[in-house]
Parts: sequence; structure tokens; C-alpha cells
Amino acid sequence: MLEILAFSTLNGVLYGMLLFMLASGLTLVFSMMGVLNFAHVSFYMLGAYFGFEIERRLGFWPGFVIAPIAVGAIGAAVERFGLRRLHRLGHVSELLFTFGLAFVIEQLVEMIWGKLPVDYRVPPSLDFVAFRLFDTTYPAYKVFMLATAVAMFAALFVVLKRTRVGLVIQAALTHPEMVAMLGHDVPRVFMLVFGAGAALAGLAGAIAGPALVTQPTMAALLGPILFVVIVVGGLGSLAGAFVASLLIGLVQTFAVAMNGSLAALFGPVAPPGLGDLWQVTVAQLAPILPYLLLVVILIVRPTGLMGTRET
Amino acid sequence: MTAPLLEVADLNAWYGKSHILHGVTFRIEANEIVSLLGRNGVGRSTTIKAVMGDVRPRGSIRFKGEEVAGLKPHETARRGLGYVPETRDIFPGLTVRQNLILGEKPGRANRRWTMADMFRIFPRLEERADTPGGVLSGGEQKMLAICRTLMGDPDLIMVDEPTEGLSPMMVEHMGRLLEEIARRGVAILLVEQKLTIALKISHRLYVMGHGRIVWEGAPAALETATDVRREWLEV
Repeated sequence: MLEILAFSTLNGVLYGMLLFMLASGLTLVFSMMGVLNFAHVSFYMLGAYFGFEIERRLGFWPGFVIAPIAVGAIGAAVERFGLRRLHRLGHVSELLFTFGLAFVIEQLVEMIWGKLPVDYRVPPSLDFVAFRLFDTTYPAYKVFMLATAVAMFAALFVVLKRTRVGLVIQAALTHPEMVAMLGHDVPRVFMLVFGAGAALAGLAGAIAGPALVTQPTMAALLGPILFVVIVVGGLGSLAGAFVASLLIGLVQTFAVAMNGSLAALFGPVAPPGLGDLWQVTVAQLAPILPYLLLVVILIVRPTGLMGTRET
Repeated sequence: MTAPLLEVADLNAWYGKSHILHGVTFRIEANEIVSLLGRNGVGRSTTIKAVMGDVRPRGSIRFKGEEVAGLKPHETARRGLGYVPETRDIFPGLTVRQNLILGEKPGRANRRWTMADMFRIFPRLEERADTPGGVLSGGEQKMLAICRTLMGDPDLIMVDEPTEGLSPMMVEHMGRLLEEIARRGVAILLVEQKLTIALKISHRLYVMGHGRIVWEGAPAALETATDVRREWLEV
């Protein structure tokens, strides 16, 4: 039991931090520009494929560095030449643009790398057992993922709280016009934030690719969960996104590890009409738990855990 | 005779389809305090927003001899034009000090003002330097907004309704602050609805009505021009 608890916590935190790498960029872009970027998870997928492609040619570490930068550059270009031009047409146009972009990226990925998963592997330098706890081993690669996510979180925090650019970003979250009137180039800040958000998503993809599966559906699989995270956390709230990421990471990993069902709790004989439901285990429910959480949060607290605006 | 610091000629501006400014013309000399008066809705705020580039202008706006019409707000600001909006727009989550830091412009050294100056002129800001701007009182926020714009070392500062909603004591304080700003060689465009401090500190005044300048003159002349005051200013 203690073993399950320890490993589920570790995995939950890891999954949560990975979600946060995506949610942080998405929520920052949303609060600055008012755009919910549907293509954000596509940047994550691009990060994984770029990482794979570079790993094949140059090795894992060059991919780890170059893939996020390349994805960030693509993100900045998307803002500069796409979203910025659409801005005056309103949010619906921008939303549709990112929606379309997600499809385009998915199709391009299928055309280039095919529909089947690619063989993106954990690098040999990280392919060993990090530690052993109660006879269960924990791979070094997962420790590396966790360390990367924590380092990224620290870097994001320092940039936002301790640098001038961070101050400009924080101020532009609520008063972009005023920030411009003080002589700061707000559109350029938007582009940088969009690019940085894309780079973070790319980094998440590059490190998650070998651990999870790198395939063209990986964006569509993660997208809904990501939206749950930022709505539960509160649209536009970075702290909320952090808490919600960890919460959903933990809920999902713990649920998967649990085999309990109503039958196990109250005996095998189901009350009339509840036959099938009686046998369902918590693990089987795991995939829908985030959405249940979403519904509950929207009913109890429509602004999300730490948000200030109605979602 | 040198060119005026700011020279606006035949300025037109629109909000959507409604034509707000119909050929506004005025000028401000270096070191001058000028007031732009008028009732609500006559286009005073639109005039300064058009000068800043926040509202798209048609016409000529020359600042320090250079045409600035059509520039983006941050480009206008970097040329030395400062704007303090009526709504103050303090960054609520940032501390007073951080608000002031954001007033500084990238790559432009401030020749006139330091943060110590700001704290000396308005000690209350120093006491609250590490408090979030959002919890300051309305009057304190107004002072902070002006100081923040000064940190960018403007040659002309345009202040929208500086005394609105302030207590009589704060109004007097605001008057002294504005005069101190002028003494340091910063020109001021005061946008006001009431005459309270405008008559006291301005060198020249403009009165606006229906999107145009309808009167121009010295404070003494406006005090005697009861017809102008009745028609365009008094409610």
C-alpha cells in the first residue's frame, strides 16, 4: 500500500508538472491576448517529433536543446504573421485560426512521419534505474523529466518575478494599453510570450516523447485534459494552473492505481438496475475523473480555483 | 522663433463610425502649462488619445518638429510624450516601486527624475513602496500614475482629470506637484472639466466644444469671459 502511495505520488507529480509546462504557456497567452490557443498542444507534439528527428541524426541531447528553440521560433512566427494580423477582427477569428492550425500541424506530422508511433527512445545515458523502493524500481529518465520540469518552473518564476521583462508581462496581463503608453513595445512582448509558451510546450514534448508514445494523435489526446487544467485552475491564473496541474496529475495516477469498485466495497450482489455500474473499478473511471472534476468546479466555483473571471 | 513643442493641426478622429474630433488645432510651447477644458463628451480625452496614437488620428501632430501622427503609442511615448489616463491604470498586482520601475523607458536615460525625487515630492509613495498598487487610495493612485509617467522622462506630460475625485487637500497637493513638474522643464497639458487648478496654474487655456476648440486665451481672460464659461463649461 505504501509502495503504491509513494509511486503514485511521484508519477502524479511528474504528470502534473508536465501538464503545467503546457498549461503555463497556454494560460499566460490567454490572459495577455484573450486567445485560447487550440494549437498549443500541437506545439507539444511538434516538440516530440523534432526531438525524435534530431535524436536520430545528432543524438538526444542536441534534440533536447534544439527542438524547444525550433518550436518556440515557429510559435513566435505564428503570432507575428498570423494572430497579430487577425487581432483587429476579434477573438472568434483568432480562435478559428488556432483551431485550423492544430489540424494543419496534425496533417503535416502524419504526412512527414506517418500515422504509426515513431521509435523515440530514452537515451542510453539516462536508461538506468535511479533508485529502488520497496522492491520497485524507478527509472532515471522519469527523475530527469521531473528535474527538467522543476527547473523550468523555477526559471519561469524568476523571469516573471525578478526581471524587468517579467514586470512588463505581469503589467500587460491587466493593462496592455497603459504599458504601451509608457513606451514598451507590447506587440513584441506578446510575440515573445507566445514564442516562449510554444518553446515550453516543445520542451515538454521533447522530454515526454520517449516516455509516452510519439504519435500523431498525441496532441488530440492531451488537449482536452489541458483545457480541464486551465479551466479548473481559473483561466489566466498561473498559480491556479500550477495547482490544477498537480491536482489532475495526482487524481489520474491515483485513480489508475486503485482497483476498488462498489462491488468490492459492498459485496458482489448489485441492487436491481445497477448491475454493470456495480462492477466498474476506480481505475476504469480514471479517464473521466478530470472531466467530472471540471463539471463540479464549474458548478461550485465558475471562476476556477484561483481565477477571477467567469469562464 | 522656434517651433512649438507640440503642434496639432486639423486633427480628426473617429470611434467606429462616429466622428468625434472635427479639426482640433492647438499648440504647446516648451515649459508651458496649458489646459484643455470642456464638458464631458466634447472630445478632450479623445484628443490626447489621438495624439498618443491610441486612437487613429487624421491631421498633423508635430512633436519637437517631427510628425508623430500614425505612430504606435509606444513609439510616441519613446519620443518623449507622456500620458496619464483618467482611469489611472495602476498595475494592481505590482508594488508601488515596480509600478515606478515600469515607467522607465528601455534604452532611455532619465535626465530629470529619480525614484528618490518621486519619494521626496510624495513621501506617501515611499511609505508604501512595497505595497501592491491596487490597495492604494484613489488619490495615491493618481499621484503614482503621474510619477510613473515622469520616470520615463517625458518632455510633455498630458494629464487627464488629475483632480477628479480628490479631497480638497489632495487637490492642493496635486497643484503643487504639477508646478514642480513644470519647474523642471516639463511642459504640461492638463485636461480638465473643472476650473479648480486649471485657472491657478495654467499659462494658457483652450476650451473645447463639439469636437473643436471654441475658445483660446489666458486664465485672466477666461475669468471675465462669463459667456464662454456659461456656454461651454458650466453645467
